[in-house]
Amino acid sequence: MEHLVPIGLNHYLTISAFLLGFGLFAVMTRKNAIVVLMGVELILNAANINFIAFSKYNGGMGGIMFSLFVIVIAAAEAAIALAIVINIFKIFKSVDVSSIDSMKE
Amino acid sequence: MNSLTYTVIFYLFAAITVFSAAFVVFSRNVIYSAFSLLFTFFGVAALYVFLSADFIAVTQVVVYVGGILVLLLFGVMFTKGIMDTEVKSDVLHIIPGTLILAGIIGALLYTFYTTHTWKPSETQLHGSLVERIGFETVSHYVLPFEMVSILLLAALIGAAFLARFDKPDNKNS
Repeated sequence: MEHLVPIGLNHYLTISAFLLGFGLFAVMTRKNAIVVLMGVELILNAANINFIAFSKYNGGMGGIMFSLFVIVIAAAEAAIALAIVINIFKIFKSVDVSSIDSMKE
Repeated sequence: MNSLTYTVIFYLFAAITVFSAAFVVFSRNVIYSAFSLLFTFFGVAALYVFLSADFIAVTQVVVYVGGILVLLLFGVMFTKGIMDTEVKSDVLHIIPGTLILAGIIGALLYTFYTTHTWKPSETQLHGSLVERIGFETVSHYVLPFEMVSILLLAALIGAAFLARFDKPDNKNS
């Protein structure tokens, strides 16, 4: 109980580990491509929590700046991935990632 | 701030984040997953405020909740009818997935809590960081900043190009 009360680095790392685990689980087990993308977003958020937590307790600005760039990359990734998913839906009439197995119509 | 209040609020937001993230993953309805992801993003933004990264928290709300989540919802609604039974998504590889979930979380937590205690720096970050982020952006990180802006521009143009609706007369363009 005594390590619960002062909020330290381990608390943030624990939350981040849970988000990483759930994100990996979504990427591995879900068949809907959009839920897979949500899992990727969870993983990126877990990485961001780690960056900012280490940056706070380290005193440097590197993690903070890197997390900003991660957010920008995540926005670009989501836009491109959604465009690809919509194209896949137009061609295959499905977003089931386990049934999309050909590169050509 | 009172230490007890601080601790209680932290655990509240941590619980919101973790449980809504679990609901994102374990819910079978894609719409419910998307709206649960909203609470996860807000919880993570609140954790950023606890970590004195207020600018990042506002950016998180604006970009993730205002941009990425709306984009994901558009994706769900473009690809399925909203209350279709088809909107439920199946699972596969449930056993190895659960093993990986338990293994990753267990191994990470074991490592965090048993190896050694962290040694925080004497000069931790305190207060608002907006001014320092501005200085860092235009001094140390000006090249990554420009590169990421060009990348974002190219990615958005490419996304608009990829997702456009074809006119029926020029199929082969």
